[in-house]
Amino acid sequence: MSAADTTTPAKVPPTRPSPPPPTAVTKPPGRPKSAAVATPWLLLAPCLLILALVMGYPLVRLVTLSFQKFGQSQLWGFQPAESVGFANFSNVLDDGEFWQVVVRTIVFAAGCVIFTMVAGMLIALLLQRVSGWVKTLVNIALVASWGMPIIVATTVFKWLFDADYGILNALLSKLPGVDFVGHNWFASGPQGLAVIMLLVVWGAVPFVVITLSAGLTQVPAELEEAARLDGAGPWGVFRYVTLPILKPIIVMLTTLSVIWDMGVFPQVFVMRNGHPEAEFQLLTTYSYDRAFVVNDYAQGSAIALITVVLLLGVVAVYMRQMLKIGEVE
Amino acid sequence: MSSVSSTSGTTDMKGMSALASAPPRKRKLGWNLLGLLVFVTVGFPVYWMLNTAVKPAKDAIDPDPSLLPTGVTLANFRRALAIADFWGPVGRSLIVSLAVVAIGIVVGMLAALAISRFAFRGRKIVIVGILAVQMVPLVAMIIPVFLLLNDLEQYDKLTGLIITYLTFILPFTVWTLRGFIVNIPKELEEAAMVDGCSRTAAFVRVVFPLLAPGMVATSVYGFIQAWNEYLYALMLLSQKHQTATVWLGNFTTKHGTEYAPMMAGSTMMAVPIVVLFLLVQRKMAAGLTAGAVKG
Repeated sequence: MSAADTTTPAKVPPTRPSPPPPTAVTKPPGRPKSAAVATPWLLLAPCLLILALVMGYPLVRLVTLSFQKFGQSQLWGFQPAESVGFANFSNVLDDGEFWQVVVRTIVFAAGCVIFTMVAGMLIALLLQRVSGWVKTLVNIALVASWGMPIIVATTVFKWLFDADYGILNALLSKLPGVDFVGHNWFASGPQGLAVIMLLVVWGAVPFVVITLSAGLTQVPAELEEAARLDGAGPWGVFRYVTLPILKPIIVMLTTLSVIWDMGVFPQVFVMRNGHPEAEFQLLTTYSYDRAFVVNDYAQGSAIALITVVLLLGVVAVYMRQMLKIGEVE
Repeated sequence: MSSVSSTSGTTDMKGMSALASAPPRKRKLGWNLLGLLVFVTVGFPVYWMLNTAVKPAKDAIDPDPSLLPTGVTLANFRRALAIADFWGPVGRSLIVSLAVVAIGIVVGMLAALAISRFAFRGRKIVIVGILAVQMVPLVAMIIPVFLLLNDLEQYDKLTGLIITYLTFILPFTVWTLRGFIVNIPKELEEAAMVDGCSRTAAFVRVVFPLLAPGMVATSVYGFIQAWNEYLYALMLLSQKHQTATVWLGNFTTKHGTEYAPMMAGSTMMAVPIVVLFLLVQRKMAAGLTAGAVKG
């Protein structure tokens, strides 16, 4: 943590004002006592009210729903929703398919996070070593892919990987001894999910690279030099100097990535034309499927709730990191 | 930012070139080639989208596609505009995104001020709450949100979608603005107050002008997020009232996908957003990391 603190003061603030007015020096800052306890709560009130309506209420409803029987007839109000205790959960947990989906989701998300972080770190380190013009080119490509709406990116990848006219199959088939003509990448779940993983990683890497690059500029050159003089190789310098200093940023990026990648939905949904096959179901699409295709809203809610609970641990790590950093204030 | 990074790269190696294992010039060439490879890989999907959008539709279904543009035509764009109403969805997306940002920035600003400029009991809990809310995956909320809007008779209404989008725009706005506010020294306000300004006047005259660029960047970024949202737009509006992101789905029918017009449609969707993004990206990245590290 102490290493991280050294990076803080050097951060470039976006709107640092020019010289502070000198008048403040003469008198101690007087704060009117009437700035009562109520003011901050008044300022917060609209925000908290809106969040309670659009977030709090649905969250409570999500929990209650998952303990009820709620299908089409309850949706249309023909029948009142009645409580069924833990029936939805036991149904879900007894279902072998559910556990397959859980494992698939975790493997998928872990793959996305690991590839994103490793690729992001490697590209950030590479950017420190290339000439200025190469750096500019890479940055342009990164920002362009970062700015692409997810839906657009998904349709573009669908086109790149199209079985008949996709450029990828055509290029791969040019390699000697390789025949990918007409190869359907989505015929099998694992292969199709690998393509979707590539899409997720492609979209997520720019944020990681740009954040890590900003962090890397804060690593004091003297420290690296000292380590090198003490005989550390490039790996040693990275492992014992760079990595510890970047640790808070890495923890933050990793936890954020886990949360985002566990919540991947549109990529799978659009890639499979709105009807992901069983082999493509992740927790998010599975919950959606239960609710809006099978019309069992209660079971869908139970699955969504389990997803949120699974994520709580990761969120806790993220929050702890944010609060730890926040203590600098 | 970029000028600093070179110090930790190869320039400081010159001083102790005795330690370097390979001649620096050759090594730089290797890194540059690797960098170009990254450029090509990362940039290719974007290039291919633009390439397909402007090439004649028959070249798009060539089994041996040419990597270079084969000719420039606007036919795909015309087809994209004809396939389904384009301006209606764009108009709806505009209304929703602008309304969400307008509400978000006003409400978010007040909340950001409260948690960054006031010390009060429960402040930490509020901060934790806002951070936590941001972490709940949107997908998990779709069922209760759908039922809520159904109950409020807001299903298939733009107002319903606007309210729903506040779930992710509002926490984001509060958190980002807070990042910008904590970077403005408190002493500036205090000085103004010593000089006889009220707290409100000190804010309006001193803090607000300094905050304006951050507010613009936050608004633009929030606009982009709202514009790009897909799941809620798909679920909470009927086909008749679809927004721009859902509009892109019209290119896939039972008879297959019209890829060249779809890429033209993608281009029309992406280019304005990427340009907006380019304008604010630097500022946002600075604001986000500064906020993250400053707490």
